[in-house]
Amino acid sequence: MTIPWKRLPFLTFLVLATFVFVYPLVWLVSASLKPRSQVFDNRLIPEVFQPENYARVFDTAPVMRWLMNSLTVGFMAAAAVTLSSALVAFGFAYFRFRGRNLLFGVLLSTMMLPGAVTMIPVYLIWNRLGMIDTQIPLWAQNLFGSAFYVFLLRQFFLGIPRELFEAARVDGCGYFSMFRRIAFPLCKPALVIVFVFEFKASWSDLMKPLIYLQTPDYFTMPRGLKSIIDAFALSGHYEWELAVAASVIAVVPMIVLFAFGQRYILDGVATTAQKG
Amino acid sequence: MTATAERVGTDGPAEPVRPDRRGRSPLARQEDRAGWAFVAPWVLGFLIFTAGPMIASLVLSFTDYQMIQSPRAVGLENYRELFDDPRVLKSLSNTFVYAAMFVPLGTIFALLLAMMLLQVGRAGGFFRTAFYLPEMTPAVAAAAMFLLLLNGQQGLVNKVLGWVGINGPNWTTDPNWLKPSLAMVSLWTLGGTVVIYLAALNSVPKQLYEAAELDGAGPVTKFFRITVPMISGALFFTVITNTIAAMQMFDQAYTMFYGPQQKASASEESLVYMVYLFQNAFQFFKMGFASAMAWLLFVIILAITFLQFRIGNRYVYYHGER
Repeated sequence: MTIPWKRLPFLTFLVLATFVFVYPLVWLVSASLKPRSQVFDNRLIPEVFQPENYARVFDTAPVMRWLMNSLTVGFMAAAAVTLSSALVAFGFAYFRFRGRNLLFGVLLSTMMLPGAVTMIPVYLIWNRLGMIDTQIPLWAQNLFGSAFYVFLLRQFFLGIPRELFEAARVDGCGYFSMFRRIAFPLCKPALVIVFVFEFKASWSDLMKPLIYLQTPDYFTMPRGLKSIIDAFALSGHYEWELAVAASVIAVVPMIVLFAFGQRYILDGVATTAQKG
Repeated sequence: MTATAERVGTDGPAEPVRPDRRGRSPLARQEDRAGWAFVAPWVLGFLIFTAGPMIASLVLSFTDYQMIQSPRAVGLENYRELFDDPRVLKSLSNTFVYAAMFVPLGTIFALLLAMMLLQVGRAGGFFRTAFYLPEMTPAVAAAAMFLLLLNGQQGLVNKVLGWVGINGPNWTTDPNWLKPSLAMVSLWTLGGTVVIYLAALNSVPKQLYEAAELDGAGPVTKFFRITVPMISGALFFTVITNTIAAMQMFDQAYTMFYGPQQKASASEESLVYMVYLFQNAFQFFKMGFASAMAWLLFVIILAITFLQFRIGNRYVYYHGER
């Protein structure tokens, strides 16, 4: 094996950088298996293994529930936004209807709007509808599509040759079947990207669960994790090993998702920026 | 969607094409209807969850509304308070300082890493994956983790600094170091930017570098004369999106320093704008004042983005016909 001398300095630097990015996660997992007094010792392999930390987390807080809630909310949010954004994106990509350009301009400009501006009135709407302390506000808005994903998917739909649709029309295909049978399947990679992005965004979100949820049983994983940290802060009794174990539980599903969808996700990030 | 949309075109060319009064063919009208049917979900959502709330928020910003009784008009009172409340200004300057650390450093580090990735050929794929991993970590978990890693006495960061003879600060309790701590948490998740830059770098035509080399250009010249202009679109995109995100940073700061009862460690120095806005809206229930804060944030983000576009338009080069 020849050593690529020219690349060696770069490789060394990149390996160091990899440590910076990956080591904290490895540290987290390792710390989650240690007794409290040793959380801060920096052994990679715990001197004393204490996997009971996980059992205790599940005992002290409804973590299983939080996990299920996060999964449900994440799935609903992602499925809703993927379907609705795809429909709308197809509308903007395929049809030349009156008002289209104006409407699309409005859509693009909403991407600039900080969430803070609509946050309070939207909260008041859900409050009026009696939906506070339910999980519906966490995902129901996604049924109406999201500007960024509409924009992204439209770019992909525009990439499908128009002749394909014309041919389908001639064969007697309706507009909706065109969407369902041609556009939707051909854009599967893009739809997967949208689904995964939204699932991740929903899984990570803290703000909405803070605003809408009060009952601990309804919490999502980040909201639950925050409540564990808050409880320690309030009592002055920091059970770090439990906070760390709960953090691992919040991270692992995302890492698993990444392990499966790695290619899709990384290429997706690259293309969204190029299309954006 | 609708039954009419489904049936379109089934009769084929047999249908007589008769223009309407505006000279539009039935087919064009059909397309109008179908187009609107497809975009209807978004139009509906826009009216209910964006346009309506924007108007409501603007109206609320001129009222005193505590949720217990109906809103009471107070004119410009909330806007006057924005400039009288020292915490608004403090949180705003905190946010600017945080953004001023995170955005430039993030851009530089990410570009550096992306350029290194380009140098190592196929091994770059592995590193790209490794760098992106932190992006999958929920902000709350990342913040909780860094609360421990940045611990002044026992944290890993200070231990590593100790190896090279640096006496690390109390990152999470020393008021001077709270914003750098927040910036560090965010810098840990710059993998997405790296991936974007790598894709941009990959699309730069190799011939440009070869031609420059023939003309005797050194690495510095090549970097500033070819690389930077050719990826300026990606640089511009990430600077704008990262700035907008930085102005709205919430999760990390709230997880690390705030909660239902403010932690003893919470110092004014960690109060970012969105945290103060959130507290006003959902802890103090000053909905009118929080709405005014939201509009101020909107105006500031618009101004910054506009400025960046003004500057960017002069320097950004777009491939192809854009």
